[in-house]
Amino acid sequence: MPTLSLKVNGKAVSGEVEGRTLLVEFLRDQLGLTGTHVGCDTSQCGTCVVHVDGKAVKSCTVLAASCAGASVTTIEGLAANGKLHPMQQAFHEEHGLQCGFCTPGMIMAAVDIVKRNGKKVDEETIRRELSGNLCRCTGYHNIVKAVQSGAANM
Amino acid sequence: MENFNYHRPATVAAAAALLKKSKDGVYLAGGHTILPTMKQGLRAPKDVVDLSGIKAMSGIKASAGAVVIGAGTTHMEVASSSAVKKAIPALAEMAGKIGGVHVRHKGTIGGSIANADPASDYPSACLALGATIVTNQRKIPADKFFTGLFQTALKKGEIITAVSFPIPKRAAHQKFPNPASRYALTGVFVAQGKDGKARVGVTGAGPAAFRVADMEAALSKEFSEKSIAAIKVPPRGLLNDMHATAAYRAHLVSVLARRAVAAAK
Repeated sequence: MPTLSLKVNGKAVSGEVEGRTLLVEFLRDQLGLTGTHVGCDTSQCGTCVVHVDGKAVKSCTVLAASCAGASVTTIEGLAANGKLHPMQQAFHEEHGLQCGFCTPGMIMAAVDIVKRNGKKVDEETIRRELSGNLCRCTGYHNIVKAVQSGAANM
Repeated sequence: MENFNYHRPATVAAAAALLKKSKDGVYLAGGHTILPTMKQGLRAPKDVVDLSGIKAMSGIKASAGAVVIGAGTTHMEVASSSAVKKAIPALAEMAGKIGGVHVRHKGTIGGSIANADPASDYPSACLALGATIVTNQRKIPADKFFTGLFQTALKKGEIITAVSFPIPKRAAHQKFPNPASRYALTGVFVAQGKDGKARVGVTGAGPAAFRVADMEAALSKEFSEKSIAAIKVPPRGLLNDMHATAAYRAHLVSVLARRAVAAAK
């Protein structure tokens, strides 16, 4: 099996992967980073969103082997020095979750939205750009509020 | 998903050689069609040749007459390119409506066109703008490229390296997205060339993207909504499924074409 070397949350990691190993499988099963979820496994729900070289992607539809040499950030990599990332804090404060299953993907997508659109990103843009993330509990209202509030503090 | 040998060549020539050597190989671009297909067990190739490591295949070059987009360029890169926005704003807008953000970060123009999904967006733009599909072997006019349902003029092992879009006088794209998948239930791309001739490319409605000759003739005479107001597309041969009837899709072609003409800039 080929050995894969890449950076995950700032740390150099390596492991053996099959050709078919998905990035989400490598993260969860080999590195134990289970914050990245698998919801639909058909590239629709967005619970598996991580950043690869700074871009939000669905890790259930990316081969681990194709990430050789890349820099991957997962939900575990957002908090720094024991303090929640402003977007995580905002989801907590605005009650942007109910069961929490979609939350890691929502937060990774939200951070990407703010990076591309800036701190003052408007509600319409947030709603449009969250189209690849499904929540089946809260109805999105508080999620959008959380993204706006988190954006201001990023 | 069945296992396979994974390859990530750095050049087009190396990729073509790897596929030629394989008994059952596929190219991987953004992977957002082939990987789900393989997960479902509909494909089980022995070799997967990932094209994402070929640097020469991505990037956008605009000249006075055309915008040339490397096949490995993602939908997000096309949507946010200042060169594309300036030269063919309708093309950037169209790319920005493909899938969601995460899909646009991975999906590529070459992969989309090679796959020729009847509901994908790029084929309509290729037809309406009179694009040329550049491969590692030849140049194929868009009119000869989309040959049927998921069928193209590409030969086995042939790789799309770039797509060249002539810059039109004006153009616009209108799409009626399936509310769940956001694929085009029907999409219409209308363009008027610098020579005044209009072209209308339709996706989502038929088994393959097609042009509407009656509309093109009318719009070439007078580029206005009024000139195509009475032109209807016959539903015969259009897609008819749980999402929409052929008659509904035919109706959408007329409505979206008028909207596109009105929006063209």
